[in-house]
Amino acid sequence: MPGKLKAKIVAGRHLPVMDRASDLTDAFVEVKFGNTTFKTDVCPKSLNPQWNSEWFKFEVDDEDLQDEPLQITVLDHDTYSANDAIGKVYIDIDPLLYSEAASVISGWFPIYDTIHGIRGEINILVKVELFNDLNRFRQSSCGVKFFCTTAIPRCYRAAMVHGFVEELVVNEDPEYQWIDRIRTPRASNEARQRLISLMSGELQRKIGLKVLEMGGNAVVGYLQCFDLEGESGLVVRAIGTACTLDKLSSGSAPNTNTHIHPNTAPASNACNSPSKDGKESPLAHGCRSTHNSPVHSACSSQRLSQNFSVSVPTLIFTGMGSGGSAGKEAGPLKTLLRQQTQTALEQREFPFFTLTSFPAGFLVHVGGVVSARSVKLLDRIHNPDEPETRDAWWEEIRQEIKSHAKALGCHAVVGYSESTSICEEVCILSASGTAAILNPRYMREGCLDIGSTDHRFEEPSPPSCGFCHIPYDEFNMPFPAQLTYCYHCRRQKVPDVLFTTIDLPPEASVTGKGCLIQARLCRLKKKAQGEVNATAISNLLPFMEYELHTQLMNKLKLRSMNALFCLHIQISVGENMLLGLASATGVYLTALPAPGGIQIAGKTPGDLSNEHHILTIQKRINDTIAKNKELYQINPPELTEETVGSPIPEPRQRHRLLRSHSESSDELSELDLSHGKKDAFVLEIDDTDALEDIHSLLTDASPPTGFYSCNTEIMPGIFNWTSGVQMFTSVRVLRLSNANLTNQGLNKTFTDLCENLLKSFYFKLRSMIPCCLCHLKFTVAVPEEELIQVTVTAVAMTFDKDQSQEKLTEKPTTKGSTETEEQLQFPLELSTDLSTNMQTSNKISGTVSLLTPAAKLYQNQLIMVHSAGVPESTTVSPRAASVDYGSFADRCSTWLELLKMKAHTIRRGSVKTISSLDRSSPLPEGRSRSLRSNRSFGGSSVPVVKMTPVSFLPGTRIIKYLGIINMFFIRETTSLREEGGISGFLHSFIAEVFAMVRAHVAALGGNAVVSYSMKECVLMENPNKNQAQCLINVSGDAVICVRETDQEPPSVANIGQTCCSSADGAT
Amino acid sequence: MAVELDVFVGNTTIMDEEVYQLWLDGYTVNDAVKVRMEGGVMDECEASADVLQSDTMDQYRTFQMCERLLHSPAKLANQLLFQIPPHRQAMLIERYYAFDDAFVREVLGKKLSKGTKKDLDDIGAKTGVTLKSCRRQFDNFKRVFKVVEELKGPLVENIRHHFLLSDKLARDYAAIVFFANNRFETGKRKLQYLTFQDFAFCAGQLINSWTVGALDNQVEDMDVDLDKEFLQELKELKILISDKDLLDQHKSLVCTALRGKTKAFNEMEANFKNLSRGLVNIAAKLTNTKDVRDFFIDLVEKFIEPCRSDRWTAGDMRLYLTHYTNSAHILDTFKHQVVWDRYMGVIKSCIFKMYHD
Repeated sequence: MPGKLKAKIVAGRHLPVMDRASDLTDAFVEVKFGNTTFKTDVCPKSLNPQWNSEWFKFEVDDEDLQDEPLQITVLDHDTYSANDAIGKVYIDIDPLLYSEAASVISGWFPIYDTIHGIRGEINILVKVELFNDLNRFRQSSCGVKFFCTTAIPRCYRAAMVHGFVEELVVNEDPEYQWIDRIRTPRASNEARQRLISLMSGELQRKIGLKVLEMGGNAVVGYLQCFDLEGESGLVVRAIGTACTLDKLSSGSAPNTNTHIHPNTAPASNACNSPSKDGKESPLAHGCRSTHNSPVHSACSSQRLSQNFSVSVPTLIFTGMGSGGSAGKEAGPLKTLLRQQTQTALEQREFPFFTLTSFPAGFLVHVGGVVSARSVKLLDRIHNPDEPETRDAWWEEIRQEIKSHAKALGCHAVVGYSESTSICEEVCILSASGTAAILNPRYMREGCLDIGSTDHRFEEPSPPSCGFCHIPYDEFNMPFPAQLTYCYHCRRQKVPDVLFTTIDLPPEASVTGKGCLIQARLCRLKKKAQGEVNATAISNLLPFMEYELHTQLMNKLKLRSMNALFCLHIQISVGENMLLGLASATGVYLTALPAPGGIQIAGKTPGDLSNEHHILTIQKRINDTIAKNKELYQINPPELTEETVGSPIPEPRQRHRLLRSHSESSDELSELDLSHGKKDAFVLEIDDTDALEDIHSLLTDASPPTGFYSCNTEIMPGIFNWTSGVQMFTSVRVLRLSNANLTNQGLNKTFTDLCENLLKSFYFKLRSMIPCCLCHLKFTVAVPEEELIQVTVTAVAMTFDKDQSQEKLTEKPTTKGSTETEEQLQFPLELSTDLSTNMQTSNKISGTVSLLTPAAKLYQNQLIMVHSAGVPESTTVSPRAASVDYGSFADRCSTWLELLKMKAHTIRRGSVKTISSLDRSSPLPEGRSRSLRSNRSFGGSSVPVVKMTPVSFLPGTRIIKYLGIINMFFIRETTSLREEGGISGFLHSFIAEVFAMVRAHVAALGGNAVVSYSMKECVLMENPNKNQAQCLINVSGDAVICVRETDQEPPSVANIGQTCCSSADGAT
Repeated sequence: MAVELDVFVGNTTIMDEEVYQLWLDGYTVNDAVKVRMEGGVMDECEASADVLQSDTMDQYRTFQMCERLLHSPAKLANQLLFQIPPHRQAMLIERYYAFDDAFVREVLGKKLSKGTKKDLDDIGAKTGVTLKSCRRQFDNFKRVFKVVEELKGPLVENIRHHFLLSDKLARDYAAIVFFANNRFETGKRKLQYLTFQDFAFCAGQLINSWTVGALDNQVEDMDVDLDKEFLQELKELKILISDKDLLDQHKSLVCTALRGKTKAFNEMEANFKNLSRGLVNIAAKLTNTKDVRDFFIDLVEKFIEPCRSDRWTAGDMRLYLTHYTNSAHILDTFKHQVVWDRYMGVIKSCIFKMYHD
């Protein structure tokens, strides 16, 4: 018996009155685990019973411990008739199964009934004793930690990132079993809740096993989803990133960000440590040049497989501009490098990472967004033990994603996620991510030794821009894009626009602030059945993607920005329409060229009135752009100034011999040229589509003063977060009237719906000004023919307007040199440290980027640090950032052509483009926010539990992760009117779900949930029958966080100083 | 194109105090939206009428869901459904239990029964308080009454403890409970000039000095019921008016003390016997429940009105009553000093409070 589970029922309170005669309740409790059930005594005639039961002990396999929830049922004893159930509590005991997390679950849990909601509370104590047994064939994976957070959790260090893990399990949906006809709704709901709980336990266990096989001990970025396929079954699937995590000692915990890397992270190419090329290079070079044939052959994207599965080509590109400038560096050396990095990844079936933010140095370059969708017809899952069909579907999609990434010259996909949309028997499977080049060392064991080899040839590219540099070969670009030299380092090529699905890397240098950008689209389709329907949908998808991307691009330009982060495109299918919603956070990356304006053109120049009309529109657009620039504080430094201001790249000179082409004169002329021709983004307005586009462009309102919004973790350009946090969920359902069922009318309706939601948020949260809505996550659904449902979860976080300046001044003064010395103790890793520093300091420079001159100055200093570093230690290896993919691109080019042709056929002549480049974000970003106490109000008897969809709470430090929260609830009512209609019903259900999450976290000893998300909110109503049903699935990481003390600033401030002081020294 | 469903739920429950007040005041959602629009809140965040409507609906729903908890405020602190910071909880409770003086003035001393509840629409119409708000207030009175009725210990403390109210509000509720329990008549025309606060003050005096609890603080209903023994003893005071000598003696003592100190001396002297008879008779009759109910009307008719018609100032009143009370101690044959003090202490402060326009 590998485990003993013990539970004790202490007391109840606020129980409902079950006996009308006495206005009291005779309550007792059943405690069930697996097939064993215990009962407490009946506590007669009390609404606040004290049971104080003995310890109920269950001796069980650890496999069961992982799969099964502890089920607690509170009942009212009835002498003459059957006992009435009051409600239940399901407790997931997984958090007790690994040693570092919670040791006991103890607290008040809401007693939940699927028909009546919360009915009182019960106080429970749960403990687990695990026995070691090492020699049996392991079916359990106790001890593997799970995190929803899509970054390396803050009090851990990533020793190794193993890669992608996935699993799915299927079953029949109890709601659709024959027995459902004869059992009560309550029994049916409970069967469903229990089944899903079991399935997620099993899924988690299986994934844990895979992680153990890979040698890891944790899954980060764990994303679990349910597909309610109706008749055909119930699928629970999950993806995640397997890692080996080391716990940081508590002392260093606050500094997570800075210290994580030294050992593990080999300085990535992204860091430009200057020196050292001479030393290592000859050896290293060439020693790993081996395989570059990809393990998986690239497959063509359009697979009209059999009758019922259609996959839609959705490679996305950026850059609508004219052909790129001729780039020059490239060269064979880069190829070598790249081959090396590739090998590590190509051994994996899917080099995918669900992370959206990364340890410093992990992400080297970003290629662009890759996505794949496939339309499938659902059939009954005949054998739950063999979920092959579903597996095969996803496998197909993943292959496609992988080949897209290759086409972009990338060997990995980061910020990867999968989703489905189901309507009747049609299912759209979608996957998307960001093609990227990663530093391979995180993925290889024993790679901590020098290995600087690879990087010699690269020019140093500072981390603040390295990720923007193109990963693909500029002569064989996968799509038309306009390349220029990086505006930040001037050494590498960057695209004109960058789209990604990851978070903005904290070290990225950004001009001004960012903002939420959404593209919304409705397309009507005919009602149809089966394959006809599936084909119709798959035919529509490319158009939708194209239009969404055009909208995004227009809106981006309208805001004078040049990059999108956290791009998430959801396409939702209904019986007679498809809804598309793309959300992203736009920013102005300093490294990328300024976007050109939008030019309106009419096709009939003769028409005067038309011309006038065009002029007016043009003027409005120009005004809006100007206004937006001001609003988001986008004042990119003048080009000339920057050239002057940019450091004399000492390192560059050193490298010049190795680089064949980088003459500075070249660069300059190149830049000028591109600058000169970058304006034209032409919108023609003779068709209604364009009119609609323009209309939607101009109707998006910017947030009111004092508000910002973004769907990234935090708002680029804001660093001084204060402790105010308000997480919320909002749901709106709109009933369409038949009258305006035209595409245009629908678009307007849908856009208004989203805009009005945002306006409502601003209004409701106005007391928090200045504040930013972060991690805004919109989910759309078409629950019924004429309904559109939008669900939003986000967090409002306050910040201090005035602190950015302070930060700047503070920095130089705090203690400095000690840190440097410490770092020097690890000479080999110095470069890493430097890169970390760089990143951090860039962050700082980001903070002040609104004060342009200062920021610039600061950047200069940073670069000097690097040059200063050279004399100090020769061991530092230059790790160059950019990698070249020439040969790879060749290989892919044929495939690409194919793709391109397809893109053309999609819509005559229209090139769909999106691209994304992205970069990895270094880890737990140590933001320089202001720390202010977060402490919730004491005195209340219910512990305060904060919730946030973001991976941290401003002003606090996470000291312990207590385990994953993954809960599924069903609520049903047959008295809809009495509960305040559908709104009242859902309002109380959501409040109940929050309450249950908080209670579980509090019982684990936690005081916050981070990376919280509501993954499912399925609502069905039948007002005529006065009935409604809703399913909600939420997840997150339970944590203990403490107020950040004065200890925290070191992570940021010290480094800042280090940089500064060494810079001083250098000057 | 109708919004079928629209909810917003925060992890920390968001409540706007202004909207809460509108809800408490019984405004419908639409009326509340109008009021808010006039209040200029729209300019704050570039909000539109739709936004306001949606926000108001949400908040109203939240309040309705909270209302159940507000009925037993102690639950609010340890319920799990809404995460509300303690200071907001206090605000919610305090405002929920707050009442309109105009409304309470109408109900004061009435039986908190269904009958009275039926009259609420009339009262609402008369006082300009919405029916919904009237009901809430009335139900609050009733709820507090029911809870404290069966509790031991000091009334104000019990109310404060059970309903987590501020001291001031707890005292007001104590007054309401006290009045409702003893059914003091407050509705007569002659009493109309008195405010709720006047009565509340008097109730406080009565509770402190005349109830069972004034002597013993562990009896049930200690602060709600008047001390029967004391009321019995009050009969003894009759001697002050029935004994001619004593009455004269008392008068001369008072007059000596007052002479030259007030312009109204002549009237005081002339009326002394009447006034003294009035006060002592009130005391002597308090054993009858009916007369207890008429306590305030009697005070006004027998004492306050005559004084007012003689144009006594508040200072005159103070002077007169002080000497009237103190002089009784000098009377050799008057043995009921303790009872006299207990009686006159309350009478004095009540009359001081009630003697205004």
